[in-house]
Amino acid sequence: MSVGVNHYLFVAIVMFVLGLVGVMKRKNLLMLFFSSEIMLNAANLALVAISVHHKDLNAQAFALFVIVIAASELAVGLALLIRFYKKTGSIEIENLSKDAL
Amino acid sequence: MINYILVALFAPLLSFIIAGIFKGKNLIIGIICSGLIVISAISSLFLLEIVRSEGAFEVLIKDFIYTGFINVDFSVLVDSVSVVMMVVVGIVASVVHIYSIGYMEKDDGFNRFFSYLGLFVFSMMILVMSDNFVGLFIGWEGVGLCSWLLIGFWYDKANNSWCANEAFIMNRVADLGMLLGIFLIFKYTGSVKYDVVFKMVPNLPSFVVVWMGIFLLIGAMGKSAQFPFHTWLADAMAGPTPVSALIHAATMVTAGVYLVIRANAIFGLATGVSEFIVILGTFVAVFAASMALVCDDLKKIIAYSTLSQLGYMFVAAGLGAYWVGLFHLTTHAFFKSLLFLCAGNIMHAMNDDLNIKKMGGLYKFMKPTAILMGIGSVALVGFYPFAGFFSKDKILEAAFGSEFYIIWAVLLVGAMMTAFYSFRLIMLVFFGKAKFNHLPKEARKFMIYALTPLAILAVIAGWFESEFHAFVSKSLPDFSSGLEKDSVTNLIVITLIVITLSSLLAIFGYKKGIFKEGGKIYNLLKNEYYLPQIYERIFIIPYYKIAQICAKADKQVIDRSVDIIAVILRNLGNKADRISNGELNSMVKWLVFGFIILLLVAILGVL
Repeated sequence: MSVGVNHYLFVAIVMFVLGLVGVMKRKNLLMLFFSSEIMLNAANLALVAISVHHKDLNAQAFALFVIVIAASELAVGLALLIRFYKKTGSIEIENLSKDAL
Repeated sequence: MINYILVALFAPLLSFIIAGIFKGKNLIIGIICSGLIVISAISSLFLLEIVRSEGAFEVLIKDFIYTGFINVDFSVLVDSVSVVMMVVVGIVASVVHIYSIGYMEKDDGFNRFFSYLGLFVFSMMILVMSDNFVGLFIGWEGVGLCSWLLIGFWYDKANNSWCANEAFIMNRVADLGMLLGIFLIFKYTGSVKYDVVFKMVPNLPSFVVVWMGIFLLIGAMGKSAQFPFHTWLADAMAGPTPVSALIHAATMVTAGVYLVIRANAIFGLATGVSEFIVILGTFVAVFAASMALVCDDLKKIIAYSTLSQLGYMFVAAGLGAYWVGLFHLTTHAFFKSLLFLCAGNIMHAMNDDLNIKKMGGLYKFMKPTAILMGIGSVALVGFYPFAGFFSKDKILEAAFGSEFYIIWAVLLVGAMMTAFYSFRLIMLVFFGKAKFNHLPKEARKFMIYALTPLAILAVIAGWFESEFHAFVSKSLPDFSSGLEKDSVTNLIVITLIVITLSSLLAIFGYKKGIFKEGGKIYNLLKNEYYLPQIYERIFIIPYYKIAQICAKADKQVIDRSVDIIAVILRNLGNKADRISNGELNSMVKWLVFGFIILLLVAILGVL
């Protein structure tokens, strides 16, 4: 049994759902970032797989963009996270709701 | 010629606007408005002369309603009928305006009063001058509105407002009939223009013409306060006295008679309706006169008298003696407005007390008014050679000549009653012992002078009978009773004897004070045949109950169903509000939930 594009896509879906469930369930801000990172990378995986399948480099270029944006977002997110930690002494998401601040 | 028409028609409108612009009290406004009305009256007189020498004419002023299937012009028809009405309205309105300057002198709503009067005269002009039923109806409603404004002029008194509303609502009920009549006319003739309609009427099936007659008659009955729409007229005396003189003597209430005269082509063919008009008119003539016999309210007596005289006019119109009806309308306008304005003088002298039982001996204090009122009353009773003699005897003659002997006899009784209540009024007001403690003051000089034209006309108007006959016969079907000269003389003698005896009875009876009050008949008359109470029982109370049920249904069913929708939506909103509670986790959960639903919808759509 050879590995085809569908297998890659299946893995991508599983990764995306895992990331989604993580975003929905996790309370820890850091874990939220990880989960969203997993979702982004699931998308990247799908993009690259499809790019190879169609022998078209456009999608891979897109994946590169996504990585860059994810990295910069993470940098901003981490900076916010640190500020938040310094202010409240925790990174639990409940403390982020309006009345806590 | 067109200029005369425009001036006659629009000078009152200008008066309405000028008086309406300025607030409060400004005697100059009164003078300006009176001047405008006098100018309008003079134009009408010129038009009378033109019609006399050149015949009737029609002028298109402007296109009015032009749609696919109905064309109505704003155009006027000046023929001998409408020009007579215009002159009558103009003369009476001029006197009333001048008189009002003195009468309303101390009233804060002075300008408002003149403004309403101007609008009233304008509406009346539209009513009589229009050459189609739509224009007539517009004027008809215009005078209705103005009568509401004027009867309820002192609107801060609850009673006055009530009376104004009564007059307005009664008229609306009758106007529905009138409107149906106009619709019917339009449906069967395709036009509302008099000449087109009247030309087509003889070719229509007879039941249609009868229904047209019935519906138009209902409208006419409302405006002319014929039974059973009569109750509002006496109550409408709550308005200022010049208003009563203008509206309830000379102009608006005669509009019903005018309509019947104008639509003579329809009523002439609907013989059943015409006979009904005769009977109704006779009934009202006696019915109203009998109520006037015992009434104590100075103005209400004159109002009942008006009702009774309107009955006479209807009898004449029903008999086909349209020109006689119009003649009586004309003479009646002069002496009745004279009576009303004299009543206004008395009212002022008595500090607005209207009960004639509390007057007496006023002759000493206000001779000019007494003389004028005497002239008016004698003219109303119909002594030779005053105006009422010619017109009323003509109606009696017409009834006799048409072989309606019972009608004639009843009308004679009506004439007898007229004589009695007129002299009762004179005796109680001007003679006998004074029953008041203050010193009554005669009205201002110019008010008396303003009344003299009416007094002169009340005397001489009847003398022009043959000229009048020749003039209006140009546009009305001719009528003559066909009686021999001897029998006419006999009729006149009988009538004169009856009214003389009746007058003498009143004069001596009240001099000696032999009339006692009380008794069944007295109470019946005094209570206006208990008709107001019966109306209250039959119409007002059940209607009130229905209205209450409707109000309840409105609250319980309609309001509640609307409220329920609102409550459901608000609760849903409150529930939905919890979704965006500011917690990231739950918000993302709802986001995903929504996304899944959208995905499902998309998939289902694809499938």
